[in-house]
Parts: sequence; structure tokens; C-alpha cells
Amino acid sequence: MFAEDDLLPLSALQHLLFCERQCALIHVEQLWVENLFTAQGRLMHERVDSGGHERRGNVRTVCAMPLRSMRLGLVGKADVVEFHQQKSGEWLPFPVEHKRGRPKKENWDRVQLCAQAICLEEALGVKVKEGALFYGKNRRRQSVEFDSCLRAETEETSARLHELIASARTPPPLYDKKCDSCSLKELCLPKTLEKPHRVERYLKRMMAD
Amino acid sequence: MKKHLNTLFVTTQGAWLAKEGETVAVKVGGKVRLQLPIHTLDGIVCFGQVSCSPFLMGFCAERDVCISFLTENGRFLARVQGPVSGNVLLRREQYRWADDPERSAAIARAVIIGKLVNSRKVLHRVVRDHPDKVDTVSVKQAMDRLKAILMHVRVGTSLDRLRGYEGEGAMIYFRVFDHLILNRKKEFFFEGRSRRPPLDRVNCLLSFFYTLLMHDVRSALECTGLDPAVGFLHRDRPGRPGLALDLMEEFRPYFADRLALSLVNLGQVKSKGFRKAETGAVLMDDDTRKAVLVAYQKRKQDVVTHPFLQKKMPIGLLFHTQALLLARHVRGDLDGYPVFCWQ
Repeated sequence: MFAEDDLLPLSALQHLLFCERQCALIHVEQLWVENLFTAQGRLMHERVDSGGHERRGNVRTVCAMPLRSMRLGLVGKADVVEFHQQKSGEWLPFPVEHKRGRPKKENWDRVQLCAQAICLEEALGVKVKEGALFYGKNRRRQSVEFDSCLRAETEETSARLHELIASARTPPPLYDKKCDSCSLKELCLPKTLEKPHRVERYLKRMMAD
Repeated sequence: MKKHLNTLFVTTQGAWLAKEGETVAVKVGGKVRLQLPIHTLDGIVCFGQVSCSPFLMGFCAERDVCISFLTENGRFLARVQGPVSGNVLLRREQYRWADDPERSAAIARAVIIGKLVNSRKVLHRVVRDHPDKVDTVSVKQAMDRLKAILMHVRVGTSLDRLRGYEGEGAMIYFRVFDHLILNRKKEFFFEGRSRRPPLDRVNCLLSFFYTLLMHDVRSALECTGLDPAVGFLHRDRPGRPGLALDLMEEFRPYFADRLALSLVNLGQVKSKGFRKAETGAVLMDDDTRKAVLVAYQKRKQDVVTHPFLQKKMPIGLLFHTQALLLARHVRGDLDGYPVFCWQ
């Protein structure tokens, strides 16, 4: 169990899965740069955040719902949580996370959603079996089942996140294609910093003339 | 990515700056004279009797736009800034390094290398481009002496020795600085550096550019999360922005001195644009100050190739880039501080 002071943002899971260094730059070094992608994402969330409550038949929708899990040590917000009324009359939570882009091969978005589900389970004492990701690019919902495999990955990811933040170290960069879409690229300098002992050589060169 | 944005300089006395929607409105006598979207700005500098509404100040703090207040003559008065950005761990590391004589000396060494290389280059360019107008013998002598100092600095030495070399280098450089003024020498001359107050027109220009440079370098450091007050080459002194002074060194000759020289040599400032106070202090008039500010801003838009990153960028972005590289070094990502050297 974590203490309230040690809770980390839910969104950091995704940063960690994208790139450990990016995660440390944002959450240890507190760097943030907006680019086209992040701005679009922010605007999209502003719309979702402005929501509120709504009820349509047997679905009740809550926007920008605050969440936390003391077990995983995470805190944040769910874009949308739908409550689906069961035949028994019980309302079951169903988290829906909005994403700007398109569905990804990797599990990044599913892990974040699963963490939200675990938060909901902790708060409401119910089992959350399913949720969905809504992608802005194709405007489609993709349903996500919270199976034991995804749950294990989510637990492992949040444990790694806590380790990384506690170490207060920023891992060295490794240049990869995905760096080109990262808004922190100019601060991270992956290509420049990959190779060690460059500065000493550079200074010698500058003095040579 | 960090963009090179504009700095809004307000020199109209009695101007009132206010937030209007997403813009900054400059009003004079109740009329809007200029309106700029906030996202095109990274700083606002107010000279003299210029006021800002508290809402604008809050708005600017939120959007990372620093507001500085200067006297009409460009002396720094105060600054409005949002919550300190960055990371306490980076700052603690910076303080530990500043307390460590060896680490401080290593950074000071890089800074001095940059200053000496760039000072030499300034002299070199003038000798190369105007051999007929310059006392090439004296200037070349100075270049040789700077080279000799550079060799001492190169082998790495104690902080105190390094500070000594820095002072010696500055003396040699400024001793021939007058040779770099190519025309109207009766009106524009340089008999050594005077600061408090500047006693001639050239010193007046230099001091003004150093103030502007300081404003830019300091906000670059703050954006990166470094503490501009705690330097490596410059010792701590209350009220002195030591690290900003450290980082300024490499830009003094390359940016400020060359700009002052080109304004004088190309006749872009007139001698009547300056006046001498009873105390001997030389001051600029409003029109000159405006012309000089425009020249400063324009120069920042010129594009250069960064010698370490091998990337093209506007000069205005160099301050941020250097602050970032220094932070990367303090964080342990880089094996040294790659000072900006003019190539």
C-alpha cells in the first residue's frame, strides 16, 4: 500500500511504456513541451473534461472522474466512466479512455485503461471486467477485456514506474524511430547524447584553430 | 520544440499593457496601439513608465512569458515570473557541483574557452575583412596572446588561475577593441571598459546589449530549471546572477560586441543619438534606443549552425540550447559543457 504523498499520475504509465527516458524527463525532471500531437490531445481532453453527468436509458455517463489506487500507487482521472445497468439492477462501471490517434500495436493504452479499472474496483468494490478505448483518428471504440495477463502487465508497469521515480535518475537515451514523434526530442537530444565523451573532443576541435 | 519567439519591448512612456482575450494589448492614452497574440511572445520588457495589469501578469506567468521592468536607460528593476519551473533534483546537483572546486573549474574552463575562442574570432574577422583599415600588427599580437592564454586554460587548472586567465584575456581583448571601430573615430572610440556608468558611446552600447543579453540568458536558464544565481566561474554574491554571467561569457564577443561594432561601423547609430550627463555618464536618446532594440531583435533571427549539435537555429535559440546543454551535463547526460564557439 502506498501513502497519499507517493501516488504517481496514471498517465505516467503510458510515458513509461513509450520510453523510460521520456517518463523520467517528464516526471523526474519536470520537463514538458507541447507539440501538435500533445496539443490535439489536450484539446480533445478539454472537451471530454467539460462534460459532467448524463443518463441515457440504462447507461449513466460520468466525465473526468477522479480515480486512485493505493495498491498501485496511482492517481488521476478517467475521461469517461460509463455505468451500465445490469439485469439485476446493479450499475457496473465501464471506463472509456479517449485517445487522439489510432489504435496501437503495443499495449500502452490498454495498460492505462486497466489501471483505471483497478482504481474503480478499489473505490467501488466491484469487479470491472471490461472497458473501451475511443480513438479520434478512426472514431471507433475498441473494447478491452481486463484479463489476468493485462492485469499482471499493469501491476508490473506501475511497480517499475515507482522504481524509476524513486531512483530520481534519467536513463540514457537510445535513438529510435519513435523519437521523431516525441515532443521532448529537442530536450532529450537522443542522437547527440547517445555517444559518450563527445564534449572533450569538441572543445579540443574548437581550440585547434 | 522550444521556438524562438519575439520579445515585446515597450518604450513608450505612459503605456499600459493589459490582457485582452488571448492577446497582449498595448494602450497609450486609452487607445490600443498594438495587440499581439500571447503565443508569439516569450518575453516582455518594459522601459521606464510602462505599467501592466495584474491580469496580464498572471496570464504571462501561466504562459511562461517573463515580464521585466527596466529603467528608461535599461537598468534592471524587477521581473514578474510564474512558478519556478523545473526540478529540485537538478538544482541540488547544480549546488553540489558549485561547491565542488574541481567540477566548478571544469565548467569554468569550458566557459572561458568559449569566451577566448570567440574573442579571438572577432579580432580575426576584422583583420581578415578590413586589413587596410585596421592596425593589423596590434590586433594580431593580441590574437597571439589570447592563443597563448588559451593554451594555459586548455591544460586545465584551478578555479583561481582560471579566473586570472579570464581577466587577462578580457584585458588584452579590450585593449585592442578601439581598433575595431573603423570610422567616425572622433565620435565613437573606446578607451577601456567603463560600466558604472559607461563613459563613452561605445561603452554605452555595450552595456545596453549586455543588459539585454542577461535578460535572455537568465530566462533561458530558468526555463531549463537551473538556478541563474549559482554560478561556477562567477562566485556567489547576493543579488548577482552568477550562472547567468557564466553563460553570458561566450555570447559577449560573438553577439553583443559584434552587434555594437556593426551598428557603429555601418553608421546605424548617430553620435547625436547620445548625450552626456553632468556626471560624465553617456546615455542614449529614445530613438537610438529603439533602433538598437530593433537591431538586437533582428540579429536574434539570423540563423547559424550550432557547432556541437550541427543543427541550424536562430541565434535567439542559442541561449536556450546552451542552457539545455549545461543542464544535460549537470544531470550527467553529457561528459562536459559544450560551450558555443563561433566558427
